Amino acid sequence: MTALLATAGGALASVDQDYLLQARQMQALSLAVHIPLVCFGIAFPAMVLFCEWRYLRTGDTLFRVLARRWSKVMLALFAVGVVTGTILSFEFGLLWPAFMANFANVFGLGFTLEGFSFFIEAIFIGIYVYGWDRLPPRLHFLSGIPVAIAGVTGSLFVISVNGWMNHPGGFTLQEGRAVNEHPWSALFGNSFFWHEFAHMYFAGYIVAGFLVAGAYAWAFLRGRWGRYERTALTVALSAAAIAAPLQVVIGDWAAREVASAQPTKLAALEGLGQTTQGAPEHLLGWYNGHDVVYGIEIPRLLSLLAFHDPNATVQGLNAVPISDQPPVNVVRFSFQTMVGIGTLLALIGVVYLYIRLRHRRLPGSPWFYRAVVLAGPLSVIALWAGWTTTEVGRQPWIIYHVMRTTDAVTEARGIPVGYGTLIVVYLALAAGVAWLLRRFSRVPLEGDQDGYRDG
Amino acid sequence: MAIGMAEIPMAFILAGLAAYTVLAGADFGAGLWTLLAGGGPASRAKIRDHARHAMGPVWEANHVWLIFVLVVCWTAYPVVFGSIMSTLAIPVFLAAVGIILRGASYALRGQLEAARGQHPIENVFALSSILTPFALGTVVGAIASGRVPVGNAAGDPVTSWLNPTSVVIGGLAVATGGYLAAVYLAADAHRLGERTLEVDFRARALGSGLCAGGLALAALAVVRSDAAALFHGLTSDGGIAAVGVSAAAGLTTLFLVWRRRFGPARASAALAVAAIVAGWALAQRPRVLPGLTIDQAAASRSSLLATIIAVACGAILLVPSLLLLFRLVLRGHLDPAAAPGATVPAAPHAPRKRQTHLLAAFAAATFLVGTGATVLADAGWARALGVICLFACALSTFALVTAEPDPSREAMPPRNRG
Ligand code: HDD
Ligand code: HEM
Ligand code: HEM
Repeated sequence: MTALLATAGGALASVDQDYLLQARQMQALSLAVHIPLVCFGIAFPAMVLFCEWRYLRTGDTLFRVLARRWSKVMLALFAVGVVTGTILSFEFGLLWPAFMANFANVFGLGFTLEGFSFFIEAIFIGIYVYGWDRLPPRLHFLSGIPVAIAGVTGSLFVISVNGWMNHPGGFTLQEGRAVNEHPWSALFGNSFFWHEFAHMYFAGYIVAGFLVAGAYAWAFLRGRWGRYERTALTVALSAAAIAAPLQVVIGDWAAREVASAQPTKLAALEGLGQTTQGAPEHLLGWYNGHDVVYGIEIPRLLSLLAFHDPNATVQGLNAVPISDQPPVNVVRFSFQTMVGIGTLLALIGVVYLYIRLRHRRLPGSPWFYRAVVLAGPLSVIALWAGWTTTEVGRQPWIIYHVMRTTDAVTEARGIPVGYGTLIVVYLALAAGVAWLLRRFSRVPLEGDQDGYRDG
Repeated sequence: MAIGMAEIPMAFILAGLAAYTVLAGADFGAGLWTLLAGGGPASRAKIRDHARHAMGPVWEANHVWLIFVLVVCWTAYPVVFGSIMSTLAIPVFLAAVGIILRGASYALRGQLEAARGQHPIENVFALSSILTPFALGTVVGAIASGRVPVGNAAGDPVTSWLNPTSVVIGGLAVATGGYLAAVYLAADAHRLGERTLEVDFRARALGSGLCAGGLALAALAVVRSDAAALFHGLTSDGGIAAVGVSAAAGLTTLFLVWRRRFGPARASAALAVAAIVAGWALAQRPRVLPGLTIDQAAASRSSLLATIIAVACGAILLVPSLLLLFRLVLRGHLDPAAAPGATVPAAPHAPRKRQTHLLAAFAAATFLVGTGATVLADAGWARALGVICLFACALSTFALVTAEPDPSREAMPPRNRG
């Protein structure tokens, strides 16, 4: 039996795929479409439930109107999240069958658990959204709680898999396959995934919060500023504004985990060519294969940030052969983009919190609202950049130091055709979602006898 | 025929596949009927609305069965998953595209009644509701007829799924979906008291039931000439028993629908379809792919055990939730009908100042401890404490920030500033 599996493993391991790059881009494209929707899966149910809870507690029907409207958007985005997520699980097999065949026994558990989270989420989101007016108010509120919990556990389990791919363990390698695996400890006894999860969780609130708030900030700029818009903006913007500064702290933690577990990735993030004692940090600039040129150098900062010691030695890219290095500029540029945007968003958050808490009002300057409108798309870019940092920074390994991406890819032909088709389909999807949200914003408020929009 | 540990996850997969075929199959069928609306006593628009509303609260949950099947397959039988997905890349990709188009068009169409641009969207929805089950059916046919060898894209990329068995099973998948949907939609119309819809869907159920039955017989004939091993399995031992159950349940359903006993018809229609899945499994046992038995394909004991534990624990949550959902749906509690007015509880509370101060102090303290511990500590427990503090800080600050603002100080938008 082992012999047969060894040949099976062998047959599923050696590959000669001309279109590896397209396969990678196809995976990246699908993830880029899915992940912003995931943010809504993480954060939106909690925001909706907060509004409904507020309504139940105070009887202020404005909050009910708000929760109800948002819950419809939530359902539509969930549906799109479901289908794009399904594509991802298909793609794992379509693009990386050798990876799945040889290692899915280790990490598959994470996806099995995730599957149950999705079940719970899908069941209760149906009950919640279709149950408005039909279920008793308290029961209705309760039916939303599993949605919020499952949105979080769902992402937790997926990220446990990603954490394992970045920091694999819990199995023995035999002829290119994982044997003797211990899935529970591989996934959840893995120190690496906790920062990824916390960071993604806060990112969920940042992305969903700023995007939703952006819609109402836009309304402010167009002169629509009733109690409805003010309240909606307050709830969404507060979530994002609190998460943004805290994200910087979590990001620092992430960077230190990377420094200790994936020194090559850290060197790529910073463009550190040679192993250096008291390594400097470079802002902007370009990595020319040895050094960062045209950047702003801050002496010793990297050592200080990564190891809390200005004289610490930081491993450079030269510690591994070129064939084991990720594409440095892609990783570095993504990382700098994320950190730059993250700093900006944190700033917006702090300004908002200060005005809101100190003066007990919303900011008045149109410039603030312009910034919020911009912050939505920027936070999505930061999200993409963050995942690019993590995933491209891991290259050329699909499983860090265990399996190369070249060994994981499918031998099937036709990847470019699939890639092209998928691009067209996603463009149509994006157009559809944009159309839907636009139409949505024009549907009149229900039960607006109280004139929330202008009051 | 004892069941070994290696076979338990396969039992989960088959149960999931049966559930997917019955539940999501009916959703696909609903899509088919939106395309074939009209011609009966009920108007086109009514048929479409009825089909669409009926799947509203459930289709996402029904869809998750597919995810469940995929993830259990790749966890417990990774080599099988890798081989199937690489050889059958084309139909799997077609199914994937169908799933995106279908989900997206449903979400778009469903959220907005009577919007412009609904016709093309409706057609995308209907066509993808046919494409997806057909493509998935050809995948089943490819596996069942032994055309997926072990290996990375080792089978023929085209004939593995474009062959008589695959095509006829693809067709059967579309037809059974239509049949299930018609039965369920007739039952829903009966519950809603919509006479014309009921009559219309009853006729559709009878017609598509006959079609599906005929196609199933044709499929047996095709399988006999195209996939002898499968045919042998289907006509001996457990295989023939399952085929017999399916046939009997199919005939019973036709009778029940004809007598307008829609409740029991739902159940027997589901049984007829689930029995086909069981029959396939029994016919193929213990082979999963050519030359690969289920014991050889299975992951090691610890993974199987982990999967079994995960599914068992998951089922404890899942089964009551699903029962709740279906109960609410079948009793009409989630129907899109006019709603009783919501009761409005008491008037807003006034904010309490003392509480606010305490909360502010708590937020500040957790911020300091959280940041300090996360950034400076190296011990795992201290960092965990730090992160927990940061979450607590986020929550308490949120409570502070979302307290009702002072309306007299509200900003005016630029346009209203005179
Ligand atoms: C709105 C999104 C967002 C924002 C504002 C930030 N990040 Fe981030 N970052 C992500 C969203 C993100 C993410 C969700 O996309 C990633 C990808 C993988 C992960 O765990 O989180 C990520 C990864 C990631 C990694 C790589 C982790 C790994 O490879 O395991 C580091 C080192 C940082 N981030 C650091 C930061 C710092 C120092 C930030 C502050 C300025 C920051 N991030 C802001
Ligand atoms: C950043 C990483 C990811 C997170 C946090 C995440 C989380 C989620 C969440 C919360 C949902 C629920 C849908 C929604 O709310 O919109 C979802 C859907 C889904 N995701 Fe992801 N996901 C991630 C990446 C992936 C990947 C890599 C896969 C590939 C297997 C995947 C597969 C799925 C599937 C199959 C669904 C649909 C579930 C359903 O049918 O209900 N996700 N994901
Ligand atoms: C579990 C959650 C996962 C998340 C959230 C995730 C996230 C991402 C993201 C955002 C990218 C885009 C990078 C870019 O823009 O180039 C990416 C790329 C990639 N991911 Fe992952 N990934 C996950 C798991 C996986 C898995 C399971 C595989 C393999 C089966 C995988 C393989 C890849 C590959 C090959 C790339 C392309 C890298 C490149 O373009 O150089 N990832 N991933």
